[in-house]
Amino acid sequence: MQKTITLSMGNGGIENQELIEKIIFRHIKNEFLERAEDATFLSELKNPAFTTDSFTITPLFFKGGDIGKLAVAGACNDLSMMGAKPKFLSLSFIIEEGFSVRDFEKIVRSIKKELDINEAKVVTGDTKVVPKESCDGVYINISAIGERIKEFSQKNIEVGDVVLISGDIARHGASIFASREGIELENEITSDCKSLWPIVDRLIREDVKIKACRDATRGGVAAVVNEWAKAKDLCFEIEESKVKVSDEVRGICEILGFEPFILANEGTFVAAVDKNDSQKALEILKEFNENASVIGIVTDEYPQKVLLKSEWGTRRFLDMPSGEILPRIC
Amino acid sequence: MVLKDLYDRFRDPKAIKALSKEIEKEAEKLDKTINIMEVCGGHTHTIMKYGLLQLMPKNINFIHGPGCPVCIMPKERIDHAYILAMREDVILCTLGDMIKVPGSKGSLQDARSKGADVRFVYSPLDVLKIAKENPDKKVIFFAIGFETTTPMTAALLENAIKQNIKNILFHINHVTVPEVMKELIDSRDEHVDSYNNQIDAFLGPSHVSVIAGSKIYEQFPSKYNRPVVVSGFEPVDVMEGVLMMVKQFVEGRCEVEIQYRRSVSKEGNLKAQELIEKYFEKRELFKWRGLGNIPKSAWKLKDEFGEFDAEKIYELPKEEIEDHKLCICGDILRGIAKPTECQVFGTACTPQKPLGSCMVSSEGACAAYYKYGNLL
Ligand code: SF4
Repeated sequence: MQKTITLSMGNGGIENQELIEKIIFRHIKNEFLERAEDATFLSELKNPAFTTDSFTITPLFFKGGDIGKLAVAGACNDLSMMGAKPKFLSLSFIIEEGFSVRDFEKIVRSIKKELDINEAKVVTGDTKVVPKESCDGVYINISAIGERIKEFSQKNIEVGDVVLISGDIARHGASIFASREGIELENEITSDCKSLWPIVDRLIREDVKIKACRDATRGGVAAVVNEWAKAKDLCFEIEESKVKVSDEVRGICEILGFEPFILANEGTFVAAVDKNDSQKALEILKEFNENASVIGIVTDEYPQKVLLKSEWGTRRFLDMPSGEILPRIC
Repeated sequence: MVLKDLYDRFRDPKAIKALSKEIEKEAEKLDKTINIMEVCGGHTHTIMKYGLLQLMPKNINFIHGPGCPVCIMPKERIDHAYILAMREDVILCTLGDMIKVPGSKGSLQDARSKGADVRFVYSPLDVLKIAKENPDKKVIFFAIGFETTTPMTAALLENAIKQNIKNILFHINHVTVPEVMKELIDSRDEHVDSYNNQIDAFLGPSHVSVIAGSKIYEQFPSKYNRPVVVSGFEPVDVMEGVLMMVKQFVEGRCEVEIQYRRSVSKEGNLKAQELIEKYFEKRELFKWRGLGNIPKSAWKLKDEFGEFDAEKIYELPKEEIEDHKLCICGDILRGIAKPTECQVFGTACTPQKPLGSCMVSSEGACAAYYKYGNLL
């Protein structure tokens, strides 16, 4: 097999077959894919949930993951956050001509690993190759179908609910910024990229009364709580000191002038939980990440706003992030 | 980690609380309200972000000053950047927030979405690399900022000359702090009194003073009877600066003091000052958005470096563009009004669609009020 991806590997001919057989099927194969037909019948679905997402990232490989892991975890997390168990995925690649086959296989391997964590299957897929410089390495699109186990939704959130976070924040965003800007750190930051189904599964099994969950991806924690506040016309009061940020991440934020609240996470979620169940929820979350914590409560003091309380007793709004994330000058 | 030591101690909740108590105790001895202008947008940002107004006694009032290099940029100059960026043969580089601010034709972000090559750089010296990699393009550095960033622009020019890189050009918008402070004190409407400035004292900017030295403020106590405390940007710095200020009033002193001793000296960074003097000279007038023309308040390239000056090389429009009639930024900057007194604050004017200068960058007073809320 050639060392780099060629245009002919995307045209449906022999080379295309070779790429699929030798690289993709080597890792990802199951009864659905083996049928090799134009579409797949999925008969065993009761309460389906459906989502889709496309993934592009620079760099493609980062500390803590790569685009393959990111894509599967990202799509499956969208289901998990609604209380749906990830089951069937479509997997489409757009690959840049000249991309290394070895790197491509690395990506496929991490896809497989992440599928197993979610106990999910790829049931259909597609591979296209585009001329050099018309895409940045590899793009992945995944649509995913899950089965509803519980129905989490922002519409359930009420005054008095307790807000929790599943770990320390902003790792993914900070690690990507650091590597893009070539900032060298003593301790490199590991992205938090991970599949959340195992945690959600535990929470459901322990019958924790979860109102809503959202993974704090683009726009970070600030976006999640602001969206909830707006959607429900309620106020979220967050205690800044309860939201853990690692020293390395804080360092990056200092250098670049960002707030950790607006940086992306890829395996950390915010949960709104019935107040009677908040301790139980916290204990379970802590089994997975010791930095999980209770960070605030839902009130009606300033509808549609998020209040951030400082340790010295002052309060301010935490705004929705907007536009490109740019460093301050002064 | 070293970095952590840099800020941790200056955000210590205990220290902030203790300083707040001490300020309150001292302020009780005052017989009037004192209005402190924090000149620099960095301070405005700290004050609002950390909610420091909520820790101040009633008789300490803050006036949010004009020290945000992005906010004070007049629309016509943003248009220059836009026009230059839209040229096929140009790569336009600038710093941070500048990219978001709309001129009359749109922002640089808009230009980029129309195909212009606009890049934001962390340091002016990054422009050297871009110029070397794109020899067939003109790389124009749209230079903004106070004394803090001016020497870096000078260093870029020096390097371009030394390395004989011919495709770097400059559009210079560097402004200076003392001139605008003077303007704020001096300016008055001769026919009425209610528009006189209310500034009793200045909290001096930290980074600017690292370069220029605290000497640039000496005229304020001596000529204008306004004390200046140069303070750092962290919350503990600001609180400490305010305490020093209140003590001056209580003790009847009026002088320049430095709170930010860890980096600021009286003389400042002489090398950086020399670098500025070597390449730049003062403009007779420069228009500040929201404040109008201020004499000797900005730099331009010296004539001998005209071949690097984009303003000389390209035909750029000269007409002034006024801000919205309802905008009261000028009054906010003089301390006569607060952002929330503006009729369009938060409605027609938001950070996404700013009508006036104070709303454009998070360091502007209106934007900081909008973003962080003015909670009590
Ligand atoms: S809210 Fe907008 S229009 Fe009003 S003073 Fe501030 S910047 Fe000007």
